[in-house]
Amino acid sequence: MLISLSLTILLLPLLAFVFMIFFGKRLPRQGDWLSTTMILAALGLSVAVLIAQIAAPAGQTASASMTWLVIGTQAITLGITIDNIAAIMLVVVTLISSLVHLFSIGYMKDDPRYSRYFAYLGLFSFSMLGIVLTSNILMMYMFWELVGISSYLLIGFWYEKKSASNAANKAFIVNRVGDFGMFLGIMILFFSYASFSFESIFASIDAGMLPFQSEGWLTAAGVLIFCGAVGKSAQFPLQVWLPDAMEGPTPVSALIHAATMVAAGVYLVARVFPLLTADALLIIAYIGAVTALIAATIAVTQYDIKKVLAYSTISQLGYMVLALGVGAYTAGFMHLVTHAAFKAGLFLGSGSVIFAMHHALHKLHDHSTDAQDVRNMGGLKSKMPVTYWTFFIFTLAIAGVPLTSGFLSKDEILAGTLAFSTLEGHWLLPLIAFFVAGLTAFYMFRVLILTFHGKPANPKILDGIKESPWLMTLPLIILAALSLFVFYTFNPIGASSGWFYQSVVRPESVVPFAIAPAAWPVFYEAIHSVHTLVMVLSVLIAGAGIVLALAVYQWKKISADDLARRAGMLYRGASAKWYFDELYDVVFVKGTHVLMRFLSWFDTTIVDGIVNAFATVTSFLARISSWIDENIIDGIVTQTASTADRAGGLLSKVQTGKVQTYLALIVFSFIILFLITQNL
Amino acid sequence: MELHIFGIGILTWMVFLPVLGMLIILMLPGTQHTAIRATAAAVTGIQVVLAGVIFANFDRAMIGINDAASFQFVEKVRWITVEAVPWVGRIEIEYFLGIDGLSVIMILLTALIALIGVISSWSITKMVKGYFMLYLLLVAGMMGVFVSLDFFLFFIFWEFMLLPMYFLIGLWGGPRREYAAIKFFIYTFVGGILMLLTMLALYFSVAYTDAATGETVHTFNLLHMMNPANFVEGGLLAGLDTSWRYAAWMALFINFAIKIPLFPFHTWLPDAHVEAPTPISVILAGVLLKLGTYGLLRINFPIFPDATEYFVIFMAILGMISIIYGALNAMAQTDFKKLIAYSSISHMGIVVLGIASLNTQGMVGGVLQMFNHGIITAVLFLSVGVLYDRTHTRGLYDFGGIANQMPRYTGIAMVGMFAALGLPGLNGFVSELFSFLGAFAAFKWITMISVTGIIFTAGYILWTIQRVYLGTTPDKHKNLQDLTPREYLMFVPLIVLIVLMGVYPAPAIELMNTSLSYLAEFMTGVQP
Repeated sequence: MLISLSLTILLLPLLAFVFMIFFGKRLPRQGDWLSTTMILAALGLSVAVLIAQIAAPAGQTASASMTWLVIGTQAITLGITIDNIAAIMLVVVTLISSLVHLFSIGYMKDDPRYSRYFAYLGLFSFSMLGIVLTSNILMMYMFWELVGISSYLLIGFWYEKKSASNAANKAFIVNRVGDFGMFLGIMILFFSYASFSFESIFASIDAGMLPFQSEGWLTAAGVLIFCGAVGKSAQFPLQVWLPDAMEGPTPVSALIHAATMVAAGVYLVARVFPLLTADALLIIAYIGAVTALIAATIAVTQYDIKKVLAYSTISQLGYMVLALGVGAYTAGFMHLVTHAAFKAGLFLGSGSVIFAMHHALHKLHDHSTDAQDVRNMGGLKSKMPVTYWTFFIFTLAIAGVPLTSGFLSKDEILAGTLAFSTLEGHWLLPLIAFFVAGLTAFYMFRVLILTFHGKPANPKILDGIKESPWLMTLPLIILAALSLFVFYTFNPIGASSGWFYQSVVRPESVVPFAIAPAAWPVFYEAIHSVHTLVMVLSVLIAGAGIVLALAVYQWKKISADDLARRAGMLYRGASAKWYFDELYDVVFVKGTHVLMRFLSWFDTTIVDGIVNAFATVTSFLARISSWIDENIIDGIVTQTASTADRAGGLLSKVQTGKVQTYLALIVFSFIILFLITQNL
Repeated sequence: MELHIFGIGILTWMVFLPVLGMLIILMLPGTQHTAIRATAAAVTGIQVVLAGVIFANFDRAMIGINDAASFQFVEKVRWITVEAVPWVGRIEIEYFLGIDGLSVIMILLTALIALIGVISSWSITKMVKGYFMLYLLLVAGMMGVFVSLDFFLFFIFWEFMLLPMYFLIGLWGGPRREYAAIKFFIYTFVGGILMLLTMLALYFSVAYTDAATGETVHTFNLLHMMNPANFVEGGLLAGLDTSWRYAAWMALFINFAIKIPLFPFHTWLPDAHVEAPTPISVILAGVLLKLGTYGLLRINFPIFPDATEYFVIFMAILGMISIIYGALNAMAQTDFKKLIAYSSISHMGIVVLGIASLNTQGMVGGVLQMFNHGIITAVLFLSVGVLYDRTHTRGLYDFGGIANQMPRYTGIAMVGMFAALGLPGLNGFVSELFSFLGAFAAFKWITMISVTGIIFTAGYILWTIQRVYLGTTPDKHKNLQDLTPREYLMFVPLIVLIVLMGVYPAPAIELMNTSLSYLAEFMTGVQP
């Protein structure tokens, strides 16, 4: 039952995609209702699946698989599994997707490729649901790539703009680098365990089988699979694509580049969690921490509202990865879910603002002012109350203020990180985690204040601003409600007693004991002992960040420019995004260009040169032999011919035509013949 | 399994139908363009139907490879027999046709691509009669190679393709057509000579005793050559792991490597493609290149398993170089067609890497990649052709914004591009996956390096899409017409196959699984 429901959920958006691609333009309203209805239906079914799954006895899963093909004697299967995290993700994906569909009906209204847009959303939803449901690493990889291509299509949706198609290419290629690693990981696993199914791979590892009989290779396999997550979830060092991906329509940024697709990396790590060794997890934790730090520092310096949100997304994804790395599995996954709601809300809120700014600027016939730059905004609160108040709630949630969902999950992550350090050392990890919590509160309030509070940068623009239509504000209200604690637990200061914590249980590690992470009971004990301390600290730090933001941007007690000047190199580095793009451009892009030009030269000049040299030498030899032929060989022939000719000429003199001469010659000849025969 | 139509075996029909079509065209007046084209379309159309019949009747459980009894649709006639030659015994050349899991999929590919090529050839207006006659002759040659089980016959068909191809490029090609045609000809011809020498060496080394007469019979029968017991004692190629066997392997390998084409024997390909008319490029990349890897699997592998095992690492390295070198060279091109030519080198490198693994996964992956690449590259070359017909240019920097001008065409071309990029759900992914998986089991590091090719491939494909289809249209290319019904006709079957075989590749894999599993076992002695 759950299986067929889930398959229906999976196939609905695919159906929408196929319909919209082929018939979208011919349908009334270009078929937006069709796409939206289908995804809403998928949402309804997903909620049903979630309720059924949570109500079922703990640990119960439903799965089904089919043979895809047989190679040699080996069957390659495809399959799906519904466990608790899959059921939760189903709802997250279909919910955000439904809200984004609704929002887009308003936001994309006059786009020339309106139906195509909904088609792509369908393709994306299908691929993402595939990632959620799969029980098999190969199938995961397949949907992984499909998600990548739908992200590519949507980032480059306005492909007339060079910047959009560049961003789309960058996103896909950077992700391919991560996927390259993931593919290597899959090859190692398949070679070692002759299966793609998570279950049987885990079973084999549990039975003591190691790739190439080496623990190092198991760690390598885990880290390589994690490379896929580094790409998709925009982790250091592959974080560079996500800010550029903001070239896509804003609702797309909300759905794909904030709430769901970028969280796929985290989901992947959660899926393969049992096979990750302690070493692999430590690498994962550090990557997450570094990502969180780098992105948060950049976010502080940005003025483009979507760029700030993009960097904040990277930073929050870093948190999730960090959480999984230290073993705070539930906290990481919970942050994925809470973040999906409030970050989708933030993006849709920014979309609402950008939409209003566009219209205002359009009225003024102003095409030079950047509609996304917070310096051109200010004071929007009065004109866009719904957008403002929902944005405010989302900001509280991401800053980790109590009573919000973000507080619950972030608190657990911080606790997990600190607990990890009490067990294993690595004090840098909690230090970064707490510092970033403060930064997050600061930069989010900075954006909130610059956008909605204060005086407008240009009163004329503000005059043209009006609140977005209800189709766009309704999703904001729903998401704002979902950013409150009650949906996850009834205890506003601790998540652990809520249904969410009860249903998302960290799976047991299957790796050999010596290289496994700290066991759950030990870890849980450590979390428990630091929990109160963490809660107090996190509220204080978030409060400090908020107060600082208010002091700088609201009350203007501290000058922002002065702060920036004091920070000096740090500020310049952060506002230049730590020069990652420049570095990669020089090393990888230029490097590849140099290499390809060299190889092209090598191919035409050296390889083909040798081929042509053969031809030249051959034709030179041919000319020599032709000369010999004409002058020597043929000379002899000609000589022979002319000798024969001359001889013939001589003999022809004999042929006088006179009968008497012939008679005389005949007689003469006979005499000679006679004499010869006589002598013999 | 045998199948006769009017008393003549179906494989003979497959091979000689085009010849029949050629004779019909010969009798038509040269001005009757429609009749000539229709004849070619009818003949290749019937071939596709017959290919469908073969597909339906092919027994998936039968092995073939080196076992005459388990080949299917076999036709075997003594063709040339010279009795009682002193020292040598009886000379025997057979008309021996048959297919197994390795060749059946190539026959399906050839029939399909030949038909698509005819549809694409509709726009040829120069010397139509000569063109289609040569075209059909070429098709007959290709088909012949795939069904021959006698080396002599194989060789005849192999060389038989050469001249029509030479003229098709040399007469109907672009500005540098003569250079390209001669280059193609000489390159292939040199390979042909190497093959001829090896064939003769094999012929004199292999003999069997006729059970009826007790005579020693020398033979060109490929299956006899695969049985070590048939090598006469003291023969040049007798024994195992001898220098002569290595040399013979190498000579054959070079011949096939030229066709594939494998680095460093590839430089004829970009020239030939750039100059060849679109349908000929389609045939060239779609079918002709596969003859190289087919030859390796049909001849090099089972006749010289010892030498193959000795040289596989060398093959794998060349495959790796081709994958990366081809991709990077593709990236550097400014001519759309040349880019696709180099991408073929890269994708055929995957085939070589896969089959070099000598395991079932790698071989199935490799052979499937031969088929898939044939389909994908056909779409890509046809896409270039469609643009070239409308704009008379192929420069990648001359385009832009085609997506807005020709949305349907762009959709189709992008599916082809994504398939070439190895997107799951499209056919290229499946075959690349298994080629790499198989290769990884045999060559860990070489395969790991080769997989970087998927990054470069994404690079040049997306860059091409961006330059040609995205962006805004330059003024000189406004108002381009979207696909015509005839163009749909050539694209749609290929696109359907790309999607179908990407989602559900099992039917294609079933065709070859038995034969290739056996071949892997035969090569390595390892039970699959």
